[in-house]
Amino acid sequence: MSRQIVMPFGPQHPVLPEPIHLDLVLEDETVVDVIPSIGYVHRGLETLVEKRQFPEYVYIAERTCGICSFIHGMTYCQGVERVMGLEVPERAHYLRTIWSEYSRLHSHLLWLGLFADGMGFENLFMNAWKHREFVLDVMEETTGGRVIQGSCKVGGVRRDIDQETLKKMERDLKGFEKGLKEMANVFLNDDSIASRLRGVGVLSRNDAYVCGAVGPTGRGSGVPIDIRMTGYAAYGEVDFSPVVEEDGDCYARCAVRVNELFSSIEIIRQLIDRIPGGEIEVKVKGNPDGEYFSRSEQPRGELVHYVKGNGTKYLARSRIRTPTLTNIPPLVKMLQGCELADVPVIVLSIDPCIGCMER
Amino acid sequence: MTFLKKSPWLLHYDASSCNGCDIEVLACLTPLYDVERFGIINTGNPKHADVFVVTGGVNEQNREVIRNIYEQIPEPKVVVAVGICATSGGIFRECYNMSGGIDQLIPVDVYVPGCAARPESIIDGIVKSLEILEEKRIQMKERARQIKQGRSPGGGER
Repeated sequence: MSRQIVMPFGPQHPVLPEPIHLDLVLEDETVVDVIPSIGYVHRGLETLVEKRQFPEYVYIAERTCGICSFIHGMTYCQGVERVMGLEVPERAHYLRTIWSEYSRLHSHLLWLGLFADGMGFENLFMNAWKHREFVLDVMEETTGGRVIQGSCKVGGVRRDIDQETLKKMERDLKGFEKGLKEMANVFLNDDSIASRLRGVGVLSRNDAYVCGAVGPTGRGSGVPIDIRMTGYAAYGEVDFSPVVEEDGDCYARCAVRVNELFSSIEIIRQLIDRIPGGEIEVKVKGNPDGEYFSRSEQPRGELVHYVKGNGTKYLARSRIRTPTLTNIPPLVKMLQGCELADVPVIVLSIDPCIGCMER
Repeated sequence: MTFLKKSPWLLHYDASSCNGCDIEVLACLTPLYDVERFGIINTGNPKHADVFVVTGGVNEQNREVIRNIYEQIPEPKVVVAVGICATSGGIFRECYNMSGGIDQLIPVDVYVPGCAARPESIIDGIVKSLEILEEKRIQMKERARQIKQGRSPGGGER
């Protein structure tokens, strides 16, 4: 047996936009064990529920993460609404679902770009981010914010989208989809990408299930886990099925996300077709009393917001469990036995969102 | 920008931001805004950097990391605090693990407010910081010339 050495990875590292620290235990070039340590971005925003009234806490919930901020706000609102027994109008549900699908598009494009950059494919990185600007333009046009929208509130949504804009959004999706198809062709069929990703960081179906992998990390290993299938918001009224790949390597996880782009576009089309008219919010009376686990599907996997009210304007407790935290044990499993040069690609392949994870 | 003689390179570090500003910093480099055409590159190595872009405020664990990175960047250097969290702690000011903006730890030259800061204002802030960087470079040259002539930078004979 050769000598073991410990090599630090992060917190500041060229491929990581965010700080996470891994101690890699190496035997020659092979990683035998990984010890993750976190806490560089911890702010402790869950305790702010004691200082902010429950309608104001939506802003804090949205700033848990700047990438999937809308879904965080929406999940928190769903929790509070369920505790208070509020009936949110159907149109508000549809609008929330449209915005969360646009968030998913923007997040997956962002990740595809960073992943290409991690492999050293600079050109593809720029290409993915070019397409992402289209999604951000739609977000800005309909909500007023590029990355942090602030359009969700307890009892509904803050802004309506008029019929003309909806029609325009649907028309524009066509050109957007065409551009995406060209880009997807490179991700899925390019030889150099396939030889960089195939067979790297394999997570078997059993390991994925036992370690509790969620989202595209689990779906890439053949575990069909997708919280959207539970039909929260307006997901119960659209036809779609989770995108699943069987191989469990980095290529499979990349393919899941590429195919989810098209699945999201299809969902947005159906929602725009079926959106009902009517009110977009209900009046909120009284204070929450009770507790609820609100679940939703973030671009990275299952997101849980736990809210507990005590009958006052301030919630007693808020707890957020984000998908990246759940995906760290599967990441450790993937890294054991890989080559040192593959570490950046494997770490990126779970789509780590440290800002979310440490809250 | 005509005063610029060399391409400035950025080093970006996420102190304890929510990612909103980080992805906007990266968006500055990509095709819509494209500052890379001026030779402004986001590098991963502190030793290559001129401009230190920090997003998010200071917390207990990243205090040492920020100071360490700052000290590794060679002189002359400028620090740009992007986003309201890096400026003052912002919405997270009252959290138990936050001690406020990064100016408590290292000297900041330009503040870019906003939550999340827009790419336009980030670019504006970086351009402002480049003027300061150029001034610092001239001052350093002047000091080096004085030392060469045998005078200490303070004025008197050595």
